[in-house]
Amino acid sequence: MEEALSASLASVSIALAGSGGAGVMTAGNILLEAAASAGYYGLMTRTSGPQIRGGEAAAMLRVSTFATDGQDDCFQVLAAIDWQNVGRFAAEIPLGPSSLIVGDPAQGEPPEAFARSGARFAPVPLKALAGQVSGAWPNTVALGVLAGLIGLSGEALEAAMRKSMKKGLEAGIAAARLGVAQAKALAGFALENPPPNTSRWLITGNEAAGYGALRGGVRFVAAYPITPATELLEWLSPALAKVGGTLVQAEDELASINMILGASYGGVPSLTATSGPGLSLMIEALGLGVAAEIPVVVVDVMRTGPSTGIATKTEQADLNIALYGMHGDAPHVVVAPNSLADCLAATEWAVGLAESLQVPVIVLSDQYFGQARAVVDAPKKNGSAVTRLVARNDGAAYKRYCLTASGISPMAIPGTPGLAYTADGLEHNERGTPSSQASDHLANSEKRARKLAQLDPGEAWASVEGDGETAVLTFGSCTGPAREALARNGAGTRLVSLRLLSPAQPARLKRALEGVKRVLVVEQNHSGQFLRYLRSEYELPGEVKSLRRPGPLPFRPQEIHRALVNWS
Amino acid sequence: MPSTRKARAPAAEAYADFMARAYTMELEATERYAQFAEQLDTHNNRDVAQLFRKLAEVEALHAKRILAEMRWPSVSALVPAYAWDGAEGPETAPFDSLHYLMQPYHALKIALRCELKAVQYFEAIAAGTGPQRVRAAAAEMAAEEREHVKLIRDWMKRVPTPVAGWDYDPDPPGIGE
Amino acid sequence: MNAPLTAVPIAAKDFKSDYKPVWCPGCGDYSVLSSITKALATLGLRPENVAVVSGIGCSSRIPAYTTCYGFHGVHGRALPAATGLKVARPDLTVLVASGDGDGYSIGGNHFLHACRRNVDLTYIVMDNHVYGMTKGQPSPTTEPGWSSKLAPGGTGLREFHPLVIALASGANFIARAFSGDPNGTAALIAEAVRHPGFSFIEVLSPCVTFRPEQRGWKEVVHPAPVAPTDDPGRAARRIMTDDGFNIGVLYKGNRAPFRLAAAGATHASVDLESGFRL
Repeated sequence: MEEALSASLASVSIALAGSGGAGVMTAGNILLEAAASAGYYGLMTRTSGPQIRGGEAAAMLRVSTFATDGQDDCFQVLAAIDWQNVGRFAAEIPLGPSSLIVGDPAQGEPPEAFARSGARFAPVPLKALAGQVSGAWPNTVALGVLAGLIGLSGEALEAAMRKSMKKGLEAGIAAARLGVAQAKALAGFALENPPPNTSRWLITGNEAAGYGALRGGVRFVAAYPITPATELLEWLSPALAKVGGTLVQAEDELASINMILGASYGGVPSLTATSGPGLSLMIEALGLGVAAEIPVVVVDVMRTGPSTGIATKTEQADLNIALYGMHGDAPHVVVAPNSLADCLAATEWAVGLAESLQVPVIVLSDQYFGQARAVVDAPKKNGSAVTRLVARNDGAAYKRYCLTASGISPMAIPGTPGLAYTADGLEHNERGTPSSQASDHLANSEKRARKLAQLDPGEAWASVEGDGETAVLTFGSCTGPAREALARNGAGTRLVSLRLLSPAQPARLKRALEGVKRVLVVEQNHSGQFLRYLRSEYELPGEVKSLRRPGPLPFRPQEIHRALVNWS
Repeated sequence: MPSTRKARAPAAEAYADFMARAYTMELEATERYAQFAEQLDTHNNRDVAQLFRKLAEVEALHAKRILAEMRWPSVSALVPAYAWDGAEGPETAPFDSLHYLMQPYHALKIALRCELKAVQYFEAIAAGTGPQRVRAAAAEMAAEEREHVKLIRDWMKRVPTPVAGWDYDPDPPGIGE
Repeated sequence: MNAPLTAVPIAAKDFKSDYKPVWCPGCGDYSVLSSITKALATLGLRPENVAVVSGIGCSSRIPAYTTCYGFHGVHGRALPAATGLKVARPDLTVLVASGDGDGYSIGGNHFLHACRRNVDLTYIVMDNHVYGMTKGQPSPTTEPGWSSKLAPGGTGLREFHPLVIALASGANFIARAFSGDPNGTAALIAEAVRHPGFSFIEVLSPCVTFRPEQRGWKEVVHPAPVAPTDDPGRAARRIMTDDGFNIGVLYKGNRAPFRLAAAGATHASVDLESGFRL
């Protein structure tokens, strides 16, 4: 942990904080773009106070020579333009004795919440320096300081500034140069050389999910804004129009889920995105989708719950409602991306699963992925979108809910002569006529369950990495930190990160955990939702420990590492 | 029929129009009685369902005879909704006439009302100012409907008269969804 | 239920399926079903190009009684389902069927926004001033003094005025019909379907089981004394003094129906990657 200051690093974490109008987000984004154009991987997350404008905010970045979407154990640098209410972010910006705090002496000492970490304080007169350049702001000076500290080239920084800054570019560049000059006097955190050039994207998890939806074939979206899913819908609106689809803003989530059911009934793959409170509202209609066998995808960008919770922060506590929320026996699919980049592939996969199985699919993303922006390897191109089994008029009497071996019965698309049927939430017979017969309910219960049981997800069901007698079992955004923890542990630990949460895959997990004597279940919620689910559906070998805590703070690799290191 | 209208004299046209209306009246009455029979079958009132089916047959025969007389091909759907004076044709029983526990006597009462209105309808035309051919046809129809009235009145004598409490159902209404 | 592929003109009876309705004999909904089939035949539509979307309640059973494509959704949500269907499939004719409980109570919010959104739909609400399927509770259109188990002595609440709400929210066609006049109702439905945008028809449709006194409605309904207007202000004055039994078209507006700018695809989805590429 205590790096020699002169050695170069594979990863540097930087936070830039300040209050309203300081422009820390803008500066943070430019720094991320600069790192990306210099060939590094990088990640930026954000935190802010509750005010709509003028609130305190911090941009948290990680620049690395390897692809990652998790946060490191602590931040090497915290730079602050001012300290107003910035202390509230202390838990999110852990510092250590080898960290550096950069602050404007005119703004006073760093708050005790940061100072107590033992980090060095390097005063840099950001405001005064900005004052030396007409039209410059302190955030660009800070930007230069940070770029200098991690060893980013001036060219990369200026290229990023040119891309992003519409106003005050020249002043900004001049100010940044002043900042870079200041950094030379400070013991920095120079990065190792960047990795070889590969094809990469800069993207947020929400954007990735939106694009995954389009690649999967979605052409109708109903949208009701909710933090932190709104950007996913806002990205989709113009994107859909370009590819010939439509987005309708709904009056509430009850409307949005029913709209996509209607559109999907009409034959168009459809999707909506929401967060916990919205998913709660959608539960009834999701049951309708299960009963009437209508494909839809709902992306739940999970936030801290319960109820209104902490809208801007992350948690993995919607597993219960995603798995068990519907009344009745309502088998459906739950998928969870396990990296920011995976938001694309997981959502695309979800659309294919929904269409092929004629069932609602819930994608459990979270605020951490959704709103983080990262440099990722360009996703591989997939084959064409998976489509639904459509009924053709072959002269026979049409049975919409025909009891086929696979459980999947051909679906008639409105407009097709001779195949009209009524999709119904009522229990029904093969023709779709409402039925209260025990035999019909049993047959359909089995049909709906069989559809999912016969699904072979292939290797997509989970990420299985490493080997050893100890395994970390997790899902979603805990995966990145877990992977880093395992790397520190050396050989001897396995990582199994489920992407397909439901239907459960007991045979596959058994194989993946063969020879394992200790299982550490890692999840970001208080009650252990994932652990309970695993216990109910799977046999876990050997000793099982739970490493869990509620949001909003992400797991850091050292926490997981600590839980593993003394356990044998 | 429109293409032949120009070729006919006004009187012939008026007659064809009159017969078309009469046909429509019978057809709508038939369809309505058939719908009633279906509804009562679903609600397990077999006796009255059967009775409505018989009434439907009677009207259907009358409709068939009009077709035969006019040498019209069997047409299942004429342009709907001639404008009647009331909401529907005089011989069509309104949808709200039914009660799930109704007895044959009630059904016959409904039919009687319809036939009496049909009589009135034709008598009015027969006594009106239309072409002679139409008035003659109307008079014939009126006579036929009066036969039906007698038939139904006789029929009513043969069925039990409902007693008070005929619509009593000790069970509460069933639960839907 | 499966019509053979044929080119002969479709008659009203071809829009009625073989399924026998479970409505009580005497129910006004039988008449409304008949009116819908007549209207669709008059319009020259084909069953496969018509969708009937409903919620939950006696009236909402109607889709399966037609030979059209049907969607029997959950309580109160027929309008958003129909909206999604029509926007995704503008080639279909979409009818929405509901009752006073489904449409004005749980469905109230969607009613406001459907009128406002003005998607080309025809919304037929069979209003019997009661929750029939659940055995007789007051609905938003029930008079304040009507006593029931759930509200003995009556709710004391002023009735909801759906035509006023529709006008205020932007519906493009507002009419009231009466199930006792199946042909008149059929004509209104056909006119509503023809009229672009959101067309709303409130059909007074008596419930003979829980509101047997409604058999008396035939004595009090009357044709609206004035011609329909396209002036919202004039319509507002009429609708605010409406006695609840005016039959006919009350308002025919000129709003352009909901239309999204989409002019077909101008890009392939892979073209969107340029926004992310470094």
